[in-house]
Amino acid sequence: MSAASSTAGTKSLLRFEAVSLHFDEIVALDSVSFEMGAGETRVILGAAGSGKTTLLKTALGLIQPDSGRVYLVGKEITGLKENQMFDIRSQVGVLFQEGGLFDSITIAENVAYPLVNRRTHEVPLDEVETKVREALRFVELEQTMEQFPSELSGGMRRRVGIARAVVSEPPLVLYDSPTAGLDPITATTIMALIAKERDSKDTANLIVTQRYQDGQLMANFRYNRSSGQLESASGNGAGGHGSDPSSTVFMVMKDGRVVLEGSQHELEASQDEYIQKFVPRHS
Amino acid sequence: MVASGDGGTGLLDFLKSPVAAIQDFYVLSGRAIRNLFRGPHYVDDIALQMDAIGVGSLPIVILTGFFSGVVITMQMARALDQYGATGQVGQIVSITLVRELGPVLTALLVAGRNASGIASELGSMKVTEQIDAMRALGTDPIQKLVTPRMIATAIMLPLLVIIADAVGLLGGFVIAYFSIGLTASQYWTNAYQALEYNDVVQGLLKPFVFAFIISLVGCFYGLRTSGGTQGVGLATTKAVVVSSVWVFVVTSMLTRIFVNLH
Repeated sequence: MSAASSTAGTKSLLRFEAVSLHFDEIVALDSVSFEMGAGETRVILGAAGSGKTTLLKTALGLIQPDSGRVYLVGKEITGLKENQMFDIRSQVGVLFQEGGLFDSITIAENVAYPLVNRRTHEVPLDEVETKVREALRFVELEQTMEQFPSELSGGMRRRVGIARAVVSEPPLVLYDSPTAGLDPITATTIMALIAKERDSKDTANLIVTQRYQDGQLMANFRYNRSSGQLESASGNGAGGHGSDPSSTVFMVMKDGRVVLEGSQHELEASQDEYIQKFVPRHS
Repeated sequence: MVASGDGGTGLLDFLKSPVAAIQDFYVLSGRAIRNLFRGPHYVDDIALQMDAIGVGSLPIVILTGFFSGVVITMQMARALDQYGATGQVGQIVSITLVRELGPVLTALLVAGRNASGIASELGSMKVTEQIDAMRALGTDPIQKLVTPRMIATAIMLPLLVIIADAVGLLGGFVIAYFSIGLTASQYWTNAYQALEYNDVVQGLLKPFVFAFIISLVGCFYGLRTSGGTQGVGLATTKAVVVSSVWVFVVTSMLTRIFVNLH
């Protein structure tokens, strides 16, 4: 499959070239190719076990592919040794499925982690607290700084995970099932925060999810910096960000293969039985 | 050495898993030791682990050390009485404790207490994606989690052994003085004069080596955990069993070396 997204003229942040991966006899990724550039939003849909999370971990170099090449923030990470990848990874934000918070340290220490533990570009300690407070204020959890992750609800932990993912202001943020296991209201709150992050910082986002609604929100709403509210992307866009939410790219995965890559319209128009299962039909 | 028949392939498959595990252990150990010589060094984590492993183990090490001294003295006094040599009990207590029982008993206690603790903590982090999160956030989990535990155990275990030996000798003295009727001078002079340079060196070298076994085995099984909470329990059990067995194997080897040196 060729990289169908339009990254010409923009800096390539993540590129997969015919990436394949097997776990024993199971095909986890089957010749996956795509490219995403700065400011782009890409939503990956697929059933459980379709290879979504494996793709995300491969993108970070947490898993090495059997064949193919992976480029992250412009550098090839395929075949790199673990210690050669830490500096590259520290330029990317990531939210794990369950938040991935360190449960033995406080919320403030969790959010500060990417700033104080990176091997290069040390952030002065006096700046760390300011940035941590700012990131927690962004997800409206500034009051939880001294609490431990176990004291927060699932949705709050996910929000702290977002704060940690974006605290170092990376150009690319990867989200692994950000709404999995959450009630619809909390799920919408989480997706609204991700849209707010995208539109206020112009970051590129790769979102892995099982819920079509997550992608729909990203493709149809933008955060208005002036009003501080989400608004329909079909409006005049005053106070919006540079890129258009409707340019959101959807990718559907099945058994490790990419079976669709295109716009929301192409996703909804697909007659494929598997793809149709993700898109709610209104009679 | 490639087997041609099905039986040979089966044998190789059977060996594949343990050989891969040994290889993984050596890779982990190599990386943990290499990290000693390159930054970043997580000094706060080392201090925290020294407190958890060293200070936290102190009460149980003191208790065990004291009662080991008590028991050895009671048993040896009875045996020596047959030869009319109960006055030599201090010598036997000090040699037994310093050369062997102090290091081995303390190592077993620390293995039971800390190898399990390390394996369960790292195992829980593994199954809740905290290790992956650490890697994704640009931190080397071996540098952040394994090396500090290895350094802390290597510093604290020899110190714990010194304390266990001292308290054990004191326990022996209590029995020798109050039960057997030796004088303080008789017991302590005998105990002190029995020790040679070789005894002290092996008594301190052994816990130093055991420290690497306990910490690295605990970390190894913790980082290999899979299968949720059940996997964490299994990793904890394996860490304690394997590190305890290796303590006995290594002490036998080291004792053999020191006996030959003497």
